[in-house]
Amino acid sequence: MKANNTVIKVCMGTGGIAAGGSEVIDAFRTELNTAGIAATVEKNCLMHKVGCRGLCAKDVLVDVIINKEKTTYQYIKPEMVSRIVKEHIIENNPVIDWAVGDDYHNFHKKQLKVVLSDCGSIDPEDIDAYINGKGYEAARKVLTTLKPEEAIEEIKASGLRGRGGAGFPTGVKWEVARKQNSKQKYIICNADEGDPGAFMDRSVIEGNPHAVIEGMIIGAYAIGSDKGYVYIRAEYPLAVERLRKALSDAKTKGFLGKDILGTKFSFDIKVKLGAGAFVCGEETALIASIEGQRGMPRAKPPFPVYSGLWGQPTVINNVETFANVPYIIRNGAKWFSSFGTEKSKGTKVFALTGKIKNSGLIEVPMGIPLREIIYDIGGGIEGGKLLKAVQTGGPSGGCIPADMLDTPVDFESLAKAGSIVGSGGMVVLDEDNCMVNMAQYFLQFTQMESCGKCVPCRIGTKRLLEILDRITKGKGKEGDIELLEKLSADIKAASLCGLGQTAPNPILSTIKYFRNEYEAHLKGKCPAAVCKELLTYYILEEFCKGCGACLRACPSKAITGEKKKLHKIDPAVCIKCGACFDVCKFKAVKKE
Amino acid sequence: MEKTLEKILKDTRENEGNLISILQDIENAFGYIPENAVNWLASKLDINPSIFYGIATFYAQFHLKPRGKNIITACCGTACHVKGSDRLINGLKQELALPEGEETTKNMEFTLEKVNCIGACSIAPVFIINKKVHGKASADKLIKEIRSIKGSKNEGK
Amino acid sequence: MIKLTINGKTIEVAEGTTVLDAAKMLNIEIPTLCHHPKLTPFGGCRLCIVEVKGVPRPLTSCTTPVSEGMEVTTSTPALEGLRKTVLELILSDHPNDCMVCEKAGDCTLQELAYFYGIRENRFGGERRIYGKKDGNPFIERDMEKCILCGRCVKVCDEVQGVGAIDFAYRGFKSKICPTFEKDLDCEFCGQCVAVCPTGALTGKMWQLRGRQKDIKEIDTTCSYCGTGCNLTLHVRQNEVVRVTSKEDTWNEGWLCVKGRFGYSFINSPDRLKKPLIKRNGKFEEASWNEALDYISAKLREIKEKHGPDSIAGLSSARCTNEENYLFQKFMRTGIGTNNVDHCARL
Repeated sequence: MKANNTVIKVCMGTGGIAAGGSEVIDAFRTELNTAGIAATVEKNCLMHKVGCRGLCAKDVLVDVIINKEKTTYQYIKPEMVSRIVKEHIIENNPVIDWAVGDDYHNFHKKQLKVVLSDCGSIDPEDIDAYINGKGYEAARKVLTTLKPEEAIEEIKASGLRGRGGAGFPTGVKWEVARKQNSKQKYIICNADEGDPGAFMDRSVIEGNPHAVIEGMIIGAYAIGSDKGYVYIRAEYPLAVERLRKALSDAKTKGFLGKDILGTKFSFDIKVKLGAGAFVCGEETALIASIEGQRGMPRAKPPFPVYSGLWGQPTVINNVETFANVPYIIRNGAKWFSSFGTEKSKGTKVFALTGKIKNSGLIEVPMGIPLREIIYDIGGGIEGGKLLKAVQTGGPSGGCIPADMLDTPVDFESLAKAGSIVGSGGMVVLDEDNCMVNMAQYFLQFTQMESCGKCVPCRIGTKRLLEILDRITKGKGKEGDIELLEKLSADIKAASLCGLGQTAPNPILSTIKYFRNEYEAHLKGKCPAAVCKELLTYYILEEFCKGCGACLRACPSKAITGEKKKLHKIDPAVCIKCGACFDVCKFKAVKKE
Repeated sequence: MEKTLEKILKDTRENEGNLISILQDIENAFGYIPENAVNWLASKLDINPSIFYGIATFYAQFHLKPRGKNIITACCGTACHVKGSDRLINGLKQELALPEGEETTKNMEFTLEKVNCIGACSIAPVFIINKKVHGKASADKLIKEIRSIKGSKNEGK
Repeated sequence: MIKLTINGKTIEVAEGTTVLDAAKMLNIEIPTLCHHPKLTPFGGCRLCIVEVKGVPRPLTSCTTPVSEGMEVTTSTPALEGLRKTVLELILSDHPNDCMVCEKAGDCTLQELAYFYGIRENRFGGERRIYGKKDGNPFIERDMEKCILCGRCVKVCDEVQGVGAIDFAYRGFKSKICPTFEKDLDCEFCGQCVAVCPTGALTGKMWQLRGRQKDIKEIDTTCSYCGTGCNLTLHVRQNEVVRVTSKEDTWNEGWLCVKGRFGYSFINSPDRLKKPLIKRNGKFEEASWNEALDYISAKLREIKEKHGPDSIAGLSSARCTNEENYLFQKFMRTGIGTNNVDHCARL
């Protein structure tokens, strides 16, 4: 066999590395060396490369391509590598047992990849791989053949709207910035992806950092800026590393720096690391943070596009927004606006997680029914449980109940349903999830992340959380639900920034669709059996084998019973930690 | 300490640094934000140290107390939450005998901290033990890992 | 100039004016806690929200610049409802011990609670409790009463240029404190006390010295230096119990530590009220005429014996410009020497 026709691609995103991607690569190197074969072991970014198509749950995903014939393996561990090398690479006999199945292929079928189109097919650390796939052609076209106004016109015609949450038309923002009569303007890429349950921006930067850079170059040229910043979370070490490498490579190749591509246009990008504050995703707080201050938002107007970083006109766009730009320029505004709905054009990347079989990163055309995402792409609910709701938009969003699954996923429809597209987190909840507990979880988050500047958010979210706390502890009072609604409405109306203005959304939307669960809590019951204080654990006589596993696991010695005889839980001693429930192999422990 | 701080000061002046990047450098160099480091830099830069303190307490990344030798980071993202990370955290607190409200064990061996979503939701619940990501974590696996760290320390004695 | 209407009244104001200032010109009252006319707008208390036609959500009038044709409404049932919620939220995290609070009767929060008739509070809950008291000598910092309006932080930074305090932490745990939450160690100018709208910052020397209603205010000029700041002495039973300065004075109401807190000499038993002459090794009280005669005789004697240049005059920064002028004139023409100097030059 000809070894140099063999390419092995290993997913090396954060998910791939966590699952042991580096060890798998090492194992391949060792095995191939021992076997005396030269093959290219490519570092593949999980969501970007072949395997990465987003299905991180099946990591480590490995592609073995021999003479262009590809086999994809899932759940690969280092010890499995020798068999793949021996049987597949040497004997050309793919190890079918370990190859991916139908769900893997279905996962990709209904997706439409624009932003993620190069993710998973190129090495993110190799600028040439991006250039060979037409990378930086859009920047060349814009800089050498278009006037800034023409570039803006193209983006406006495409209908691209900000992917960070608010959905403001990108071209309009650029146009306003262009018109500002100021010597210094700034362009900022907001990569402070803070929504819990969202990892779109991380994946895009890890998988295709050059698309973001190219988008920023085009944006800078359009508005007339020579200085850009990427504000990125320090919690994303791999994305930061790849971004830094990409920036330095782009500089070496002359896409950044002085007189780019022989034009009079100069532009450079600096990386600023966030220091761990969700509110810095808000644009005025982000600006304060880049300036080195506490990330406290300020009132708008004036909007940053008039007075932003250091008081100068500043355009802030999200990672995904910038990553769309080169593809729009390359393929035309018409092409882009052919996807999506009338008001929401193009595609959207979502992080599909929670109680779903195929959790991972997906990109779908705007307007796709939620049902298709959950069942066709996501493969349905884990463990045969019943779907309860889909939470979108993270702590600023709301939930779509199971009976509204035909809701199209676009800016307008989700807003109408009481939620938002947001930055793209999509968490699937099943019958075992308590909606009051979910609201409490998000309020805990926003309350902790409130900057403390304005009263409604600082004290109001605290009071909301306290009311939710007492409801989940069975200490709720009559009128608490109405009080939640009233206070929520006031916080939304009176808060200074987007964080406070949207923080009550998870409460309002769960009350709207699951008021019965709130009412049940007021009566002392948690229907999903989640809220600890409302639970009792007991052992079912008919299932208990007397194995003693629960007795050993119990940290508070609440369980008694002799070997091979029925065990019992003393409710007075039980601390409701759930350890017995987790260890019982016979489903004999019940909670209610 | 002064040498390290002088280097931080020099880097700051050369690379358009700001108060946040200075604090990040201090945190990287010492593992936390020592008060005298802040005071030294504040006097060199002629900025009142209270401004540094305001920033250091605003951002989650900065720690005002020294931390343990081993850092266990629990992701508190939505996916981890719905998959039961709270219970695992409580289990770890028991295993480490952490007093209520404390993050670091008395013998300075372990620090257990919660962080906002690290974006590895597909493999939730996620814990990071000494920079290594552990996906699909379970109580058994975590406790085993911690006991092996404790064990290797005892062998070393 | 920009033309806008507020509550149906038309007004023309300069570009860059805020809606709050424009309303003030029309004598329209808008409640606020965090705004201070001499400090940059903050927009944190949310009380000064107004409705602007065409804008879906209320805007804070302290931060919003006027624009041509703007139609502003400052009071609607919805706005008043939001203001009431905000006040209730603030009071739900406040000691509400007005009966013993130093600031009672002079407190903006108390006044607003009164106007909005807040007797009951819908939002009970956890309150910030700070055990530690600040041990500095001048400023009582009762941070449980702090509403985080940020005025003290801004006055310290923007007016005084010191930055001794800043916001720390975030969310409900936010507090305003010196570095590493130590005792305040600054110039103690007390500007922070002057701008605090609640009882969070008061003078330690003022404690339990009388309510504002029993106090007579007497305007005067500070005698500490030639700057001549305007002072308002607060006098109760013929005793100065605190010192403030009015905002419409030329020093804009700002004072330094001496002007604000250095008044205890007035009633000090050690204070010299009559000249003393040392006779037989002991100071004895004398009349002004006696003392001045004694000094002029001595000066003349020295001048005649050793010449005018054997005498030098040193003047004080506590004198006014006029006094200093007269002093140098006296030295040059009266004594006949140029040996005259002033302590502020050193």
